[in-house]
Amino acid sequence: MILAVASGKGGTGKTMLATSLALSVADAQYIDCDVEEPNGSLFLHVNIQTHQPVGIPVPRIDKDRCSLCGLCSEACEFNALAQSKTHVLVFADLCHGCGVCSYVCPEDGAITETERRIGMVETGVFQDMNTHDVLFSQGRLDVGELMATPLIKAVRKTSDPARTVIIDAPPGTSCPLVETVRGVDYCLLVTEPTPFGLNDLELAVGVMRLLSLPFGVIINRSDSGDNQVKNYCQLEGIPVLMEIPFRRDLAEAYSKGIPFVQIDERYRTLFQQMVVKIRQELEL
Amino acid sequence: MKIIVTSTGDGMNATVDPHFGRCSYFAIVDTESGDFEAIANQYKDAAGGAGTKAAQFIIDKGVGALLTGHCGPKASEVLDDTDIQIVSGINKGTVMEAVNAFKEVGRGQGGGQGGNR
Repeated sequence: MILAVASGKGGTGKTMLATSLALSVADAQYIDCDVEEPNGSLFLHVNIQTHQPVGIPVPRIDKDRCSLCGLCSEACEFNALAQSKTHVLVFADLCHGCGVCSYVCPEDGAITETERRIGMVETGVFQDMNTHDVLFSQGRLDVGELMATPLIKAVRKTSDPARTVIIDAPPGTSCPLVETVRGVDYCLLVTEPTPFGLNDLELAVGVMRLLSLPFGVIINRSDSGDNQVKNYCQLEGIPVLMEIPFRRDLAEAYSKGIPFVQIDERYRTLFQQMVVKIRQELEL
Repeated sequence: MKIIVTSTGDGMNATVDPHFGRCSYFAIVDTESGDFEAIANQYKDAAGGAGTKAAQFIIDKGVGALLTGHCGPKASEVLDDTDIQIVSGINKGTVMEAVNAFKEVGRGQGGGQGGNR
């Protein structure tokens, strides 16, 4: 089973939740898909064993073979190609590596694709003292790099079907989130009971419904803010799977990189029960 | 000579738009015939690469000069090996005023060579 922990709004507690969830279920694999700022390793102190560079194919134009027909720059959806009077210019940082330019090019050998590195996929194993080991992988986008989605695709490929896979999703509701949750079995949407939390939860729910993904809501710092998130979930028939009240001891543990299930063991059981419930709902 | 002015509206009295790639309109003025045309910028809201596409657009329009506030590095690279004169730093005034000022300078210099890049 693949569970994604997503949110819409940033800073609601995705990583706090995903890491503790991974420590609570048997045979877990934790995958950090927040490749722009992966921070799951602050809580799961892992010895990284493999580093795999990831690149995307970008076009290189052979000036002598290019007939300046203009088809490639016209076809490029990301404006990564521009044509002047004398040659075609490639702006590699805008290129998504889709390959449409070489597809439409009528000239033999005018466009060749070369690999441009965008980041790394790193894997390791986390040894938990109390329970079992947790497989760990993360994507790490190179500094200054914009193309998160091809790296997310690569890090998603590390998922082990024999494990309960917990994916830590990037915030927001744009391409990186969509790429992260594509094909997962269930999505946990973490939110907070504030107007901002509700606004972004509604956006995330919109994505879930467009992708026809089953999902439920976890309310973090549930004793702060107002009742709007709960009312919204009730009105929309969205299950609230867990509420985590704000606690100073949990926040202090967080600030030291300690997963909160190590402070309050009862949450392990709550997470296990939640996963059982989700499995039943999905009939997995 | 045809020149392009980045503009906030579709008339000669519209204020110039200091942005190049993400301007609202391209005002195309023929300095000899006085012909005027304003074309909405279809790349205004592009996620990325608005400048590169806008630069290619003005190359395709066959103009001799571009009057704008600021031309970004990618757009400048596309325009680099063309003989389009780029006059940047035009951040206020109307399209008409920009065109008139450009014509004045051109007369003073005896033909628009150079320009401040």
